[in-house]
Amino acid sequence: MPAARAWSPPPLIANPWLRWGAYGAVVLYLVLALGSIEVNWARVVAGLERGWAFVGAFLRPDFAARWPEIVDGMRESLTMTVTATVAGVTLSVPIGLGAARNIAHPAVYLACRALIAVSRSFQEVIIAILFVAMVGFGPFAGFLTISVATIGFLSKLLAEDIEDADPGQLEAVRATGCGWWQWIVYGVQPQVMPRLIGLCLYRLDINFRESAVVGIVGAGGIGATLNTAIDRYEFDVAAAILLIVIAIVMVAEYSSSRLRKWVQ
Amino acid sequence: MPLALEYDRHVWRKRAPRARLALWFGWLALAALTAWSWQVMTQDTIWSFVADAPRQARDIGARMVPPRWEYAARLWHPLWDTINIATLGTLLAIVFAVPVAFLAARNTTPSLALARPVALFVIVASRSINSLIWALLLVSILGPGLLAGIIAIALRSIGFIAKLLYEAMEEIDEHQVEAVAATGAGGAQVLAYGIVPQVMPAFAGISIFRWDINIRESTILGLVGAGGIGLQLEASLNVLAWNQVSLILLLIFGTVVASEWVSARVRRAIT
Amino acid sequence: MEAGNGVLRLERLAKRYPTGDLALDGVDLDIPAGQVLALIGPSGAGKSTLIRCVNRLVEPTAGRVFLGEAEVTALGKRELRRARRRMGMIFQEYALVERLTVMENVLSGRLGYVGFWRSWLRRFPQADVEHALALLGRVGLEAMVDKRADALSGGQRQRVGIARALAQNPDILLVDEPTASLDPKTSRQIMRLLVELCVERRLAAVINIHDVQLAQMFAGRVVGLRAGRVVYDGPPEGLTARTLTDIYGEEDWSKTIRPDEGETLGEAAAAAHAAALRPVRLDRDRVEGQV
Repeated sequence: MPAARAWSPPPLIANPWLRWGAYGAVVLYLVLALGSIEVNWARVVAGLERGWAFVGAFLRPDFAARWPEIVDGMRESLTMTVTATVAGVTLSVPIGLGAARNIAHPAVYLACRALIAVSRSFQEVIIAILFVAMVGFGPFAGFLTISVATIGFLSKLLAEDIEDADPGQLEAVRATGCGWWQWIVYGVQPQVMPRLIGLCLYRLDINFRESAVVGIVGAGGIGATLNTAIDRYEFDVAAAILLIVIAIVMVAEYSSSRLRKWVQ
Repeated sequence: MPLALEYDRHVWRKRAPRARLALWFGWLALAALTAWSWQVMTQDTIWSFVADAPRQARDIGARMVPPRWEYAARLWHPLWDTINIATLGTLLAIVFAVPVAFLAARNTTPSLALARPVALFVIVASRSINSLIWALLLVSILGPGLLAGIIAIALRSIGFIAKLLYEAMEEIDEHQVEAVAATGAGGAQVLAYGIVPQVMPAFAGISIFRWDINIRESTILGLVGAGGIGLQLEASLNVLAWNQVSLILLLIFGTVVASEWVSARVRRAIT
Repeated sequence: MEAGNGVLRLERLAKRYPTGDLALDGVDLDIPAGQVLALIGPSGAGKSTLIRCVNRLVEPTAGRVFLGEAEVTALGKRELRRARRRMGMIFQEYALVERLTVMENVLSGRLGYVGFWRSWLRRFPQADVEHALALLGRVGLEAMVDKRADALSGGQRQRVGIARALAQNPDILLVDEPTASLDPKTSRQIMRLLVELCVERRLAAVINIHDVQLAQMFAGRVVGLRAGRVVYDGPPEGLTARTLTDIYGEEDWSKTIRPDEGETLGEAAAAAHAAALRPVRLDRDRVEGQV
């Protein structure tokens, strides 16, 4: 009679040395990383009380106390969102065209890709800090920040869409003897337009969320109001602001998904 | 109708007159909205500051170079903290996001009427609020430090991971689930053998992708006191030490590029 | 060699891709007006490269291309675009711009003639619109003018592709595997339509085609390409087991040489052949009935 044969599923990493080494490394990292967290438990316990106060504040948010400031902040945030989205989209289209390998001159391609890489690798807040330092406090700095962030996002995705376009259609339009711009309008635009509109709406959504953040570093918008409220431990006001932000984001997300379906 | 007969000639236009009118009206409305928003937004803008911006930029730029290299010695530890905030925050988010995703996906939720809407609200709430705002709140509650940063990252990431994960779960191949169920497997077994293997690659990809984003986000949490390299950035900005700021920005740039590279490599390897 | 009377002439045309593959190896061809030439050969023989080198969608590495008197291979960017207007191209996967309407696709054949703003605003000259409508009528798609291209069937799309190429008022058609994505019946209808249009307009055509039987049925001249070289150039009747072996390699060709076809197809081939010699106007109603 043959001996009973054991079966166990094949491990993810075949080499046992490597496998146990990897497990060991992960455990070691977790120990080191968790050890690096210094927690002041007395502070946390005191804070938990405030935490509960905050959770409680969500149940009875105070819209009235700071209503004028909330309205001001929201007005700045919303106008900033609209203008920055329009400006960002307007600039993204030429940069996106330039950053698509299949239609742009290699030198233009490299320049546009470099521009995109730089504008993407910094967090919006860092860009906002720099703009505040240049143009002063207020929503204009926020407008510049969100425009730059929009360019980084939109032109990259637009360029990728163009690179994914059906080469057969591009070739066919080129074979008619058209000029470069005609080629773009007849070969490229019809292929990427629906998704571009979708991306613009999606970005509008993101921009509103960003506009609530840049205020923390002085670039205008509802973030400044929120920052003040939290600094003063006015959690009920903060909760009211956050609920408004969540509500606007939900409405924006819902209507943009409806619009996108209608476009396609 | 785009094609019409007019004075015995064929007239062809891309759109019917009514559609053309609607399109023009749409563009006009967008232009008006933008112009109005611009007016409202800039009513308090001090244009002399804006006009001064190029000079300011040159000035700041000049003070940024050369970076103060010796300051780097004091940045390694905050950088290590930053990476820990991102990594531990992502892990913590995964722990919560997986059950939320199971509750939110149409094909795995225990109740469409109750559990799914609650899970969806958790996802939207988490996604609407930037990690910096979470950090602001948590620093005020827990006090400054890494813990606030980790929880802030986790709170923002739960919505992101759960949303992409439940969408992936709703797109799985139902035949495989059926086949497993047909063997007489129980609910948890169906989950483990029919659903988990299908979403595993997507799940790993999403987690890595979020980790990469979190590295970028965690670089600024220090601005509000939640630990990491942002603390040094804040300190340097406060004393207008632009040559330290430029060094920090370079370091952040390097870290972000490296994490993006790692994430792209790992995602390519698993798909 | 002095300029012949051909509408298209290739001299020692060669193409080596950056990967090192030699796709064309010194091809000489002289195509008179009104001739329908079928280019056959195995996959990778260079058929597709050859027609793309003619309008320089692919840059040839050596040799010359003449379109009438003009040397296409010596033209600058702007003149190349002008030359491209005179060469209509038809594609294997139709290559219509899917999200544009049938009419826009046909009018895109006029892009080389109208300015940017006119084309952007879709305000094409009246003559172009009338021409496009007439072409759509000729290929039997009057009813589809405002349909989007992605709503059409394969055969209908290829008709739009043909109308687009003809909208250019070309001297020659470059046709790349027009039937590869179509069923056998539609394939024949499309080939017949192409040949008839060439006859009507005294157009030359270079047709890349996989299907040897279709080539024999419809073309007046067959050129066999193998590894970038011309290995057969002659009438369709000249294709024998030997020549097919030269082109494609060893195989049992006995079933291919004498296609078991009815009279009409033989007629079409004869008509196509005659087209090279004298322009004939076919009866339009009969064509419509067949298609």
